Amino acid sequence: MSPLLNSIEELRKLRKFLKQSRQEEKRGITICTGTGCRAWGAMEVLEELKKELRDNEIEKNIYIRSTGCHGFCERGTLVVIKPDMICYTKVTPRDVPAIVKKTLIKGEVIEDLLYEDPETKKKIVHENEIPFYKFQTRIVFGENGEIDPNRIEDYISMGGYEALEKVLSDMDPEEVIEIVKRSGLRGRGGGGFPTGKKWEACKNAKGKEKFIICNADEGDPGAYMDRSLLEGNPHRIIEGMLIGAYAIGSEEGYVYVREEYPLAISNLSFAIYQAKEYGLLGKNILGSGLNFNLKISRGGGAFVCGESTALMASIEGRVGEPRAKYIHTVEKGLWDQPSNLNNVETWANIPIIINNGADWYRSIGTEGSKGTKIFSLVGKIKNTGLIEVPMGITLRQIIYDIGGGIPDGKRFKAVQTGGPSGGCIPEALIDLPVDFDRLQEAGSMMGSGGMIVMDEENCMVDMARYFINFLQEESCGKCTPCREGLFQMGRILNRICEGKGTKEDIELLEDLSYLMKEASLCGLGLTAPNPVLSTLRYFREEYEAHINEKRCPAKFCKNLISISIDSEKCTGCGACLRVCPSDAIRGERKKVHHLDKDKCIKCKACVEVCKFDALIVE
Amino acid sequence: MELKRVYEIVEKYNYQRSSLISILQDIQTEMNYLPRKALIEVSKSLDIPLSMVFEVATFYKAFSLEPKGKHKIKICLGTACHVRGGAKILDYVESVLKVKRGETTVDLRFTLETVNCLGACALGPIMVIDREYFGKVNINKIESILKRYQ
Repeated sequence: MSPLLNSIEELRKLRKFLKQSRQEEKRGITICTGTGCRAWGAMEVLEELKKELRDNEIEKNIYIRSTGCHGFCERGTLVVIKPDMICYTKVTPRDVPAIVKKTLIKGEVIEDLLYEDPETKKKIVHENEIPFYKFQTRIVFGENGEIDPNRIEDYISMGGYEALEKVLSDMDPEEVIEIVKRSGLRGRGGGGFPTGKKWEACKNAKGKEKFIICNADEGDPGAYMDRSLLEGNPHRIIEGMLIGAYAIGSEEGYVYVREEYPLAISNLSFAIYQAKEYGLLGKNILGSGLNFNLKISRGGGAFVCGESTALMASIEGRVGEPRAKYIHTVEKGLWDQPSNLNNVETWANIPIIINNGADWYRSIGTEGSKGTKIFSLVGKIKNTGLIEVPMGITLRQIIYDIGGGIPDGKRFKAVQTGGPSGGCIPEALIDLPVDFDRLQEAGSMMGSGGMIVMDEENCMVDMARYFINFLQEESCGKCTPCREGLFQMGRILNRICEGKGTKEDIELLEDLSYLMKEASLCGLGLTAPNPVLSTLRYFREEYEAHINEKRCPAKFCKNLISISIDSEKCTGCGACLRVCPSDAIRGERKKVHHLDKDKCIKCKACVEVCKFDALIVE
Repeated sequence: MELKRVYEIVEKYNYQRSSLISILQDIQTEMNYLPRKALIEVSKSLDIPLSMVFEVATFYKAFSLEPKGKHKIKICLGTACHVRGGAKILDYVESVLKVKRGETTVDLRFTLETVNCLGACALGPIMVIDREYFGKVNINKIESILKRYQ
């Protein structure tokens, strides 16, 4: 039987049926098989689970749903038992027989697999009671845990394509744009441009045809929310784009995905295939007269292709070099036609806004930034993962309430937001409410939502150097300020980290920064100095220590530290001697060891293995 | 390398110039790199100058003009891995394999690459060999990991 839906009525009927069957589902188990959990071995857990259900002959009574990312990547592989919502973390294939026999068959909870609150040492049974989840508002990301991305039926049963239905049956394109405008939604890709305004401009632009594009070239290191949305809930993006196509008047769309995201590409391809089969993509969608086709364009691994004009050049099969935007892409974009580009998270917000209304959406967030934002909370943080929070939440709540603070008893130093074009926010600003405008005032930006937490052992000059090196490699080289400016800044920062900096270097860095901010061609160059400027603003004394005292306060920069062995603490266990890659450590067993400073390459391998704190870094 | 496959790939994309990147991606997937002969054939079949094919092939990081090793090592240097010591891991692997990032060992066993984020930040610092993930790597673990691929 062909699943083709010819009318809105047929879609409604199908949803009713699927919702009904979902309610009738009894006990089941969901397992996160997003990229993060797969790296922990989720696929092996899944295989074991299938086998165990078969062996116990209960595979017909208990369903397995293999879902996208749940967010709590720190504790993967994640498994949730339904309907009780018992959450097991760090599950390995060895745990599976017990999960099946005790929990699925007898309904008993296995204490050892529960999350333990590090403060109270209390075991937490249910997912929503774990602090990591408790303080979040998961309107965009929450459904990831309920949906098998390869089953369109799952999405429809959760109310999927209802917004499309609403738009096609009761609203004209102007009304759709009005709602998006009134909702206050701003682009989640970095710029924060009002989405509704962009749509309107594209709708009003003149052209033979119009294109709508989804930017999934998520290049900011440390940010992976777009990938997790595409992997875990691809139909949400398709639905958002369909609504955009209807509002703007486009019949063709593209999703530009990084090639480094194979799972996202395969889940999205399958979702597009299923949507076509159901008549949700193609000609005369649901009998409404709307035509829309969606294609995937794979990126080639160039950071600059996240920039709108470079991205469009890349879809055309050319080198991803940006152009000056005297004429906006909403007027002349892909193949010189009006083109509307939004990022994955922005598109994912659209169906929610249509379903719940602009006023509801406006009630979340702050004056200038409405709704929620997904952040990837990574680096020196206890609970690494993807979190969704209302705009305006403070950094303190994010880092301590949700993130659980800094591991190993270290001190929080700064958080880097906004990717390579963002900035570092120091401890003094930890009560800063996070939204587009506050972050900008603090010298950083929202970017796509990476939040990299740093502790006292991270050197801020090195962080600036890291980002400048990154951008230097990724600069396309078309305009001089960016190409040469980054090269020179990289040289200066290298010099400072090596202890060869001069007094004039700071001023020179500032001069170069202002020049690049004025004269670069595209967003990459215009924002590239931010990591330098923000670290100079908040951590100037670290630069000065490197330059004037030839000292790295974080004890990180290799040329400015030396390692020695404390003869009082060394027990002669030989651990350091065995790991030293440069043969710099000598000593007999059970006797104090010695470190040859000329041979030492300062890799700190010895510091990591010493159980007696006998290695001194100065 | 068989040029027949190149023609088949180009045909699959209907000789469309806009599919140049996809065509090169497919060739790279199959051949492990972009051989000179293949680039010349792509340029002829799509009727675009070889310089333009070369421009695209050298602009995007996904492409390589040199053959790659049997096993591909990727060390993540994304920000999250960087703050957890990713660069140290790279230094160490470079010293063990006696190659620099981007290079292939003389015996064609390993190609050492770096990536800007694998999006598995909870496991940082991360090293991936072929498709296997090694999370929270430290210098101690590296040699025994590499030995498995000898």
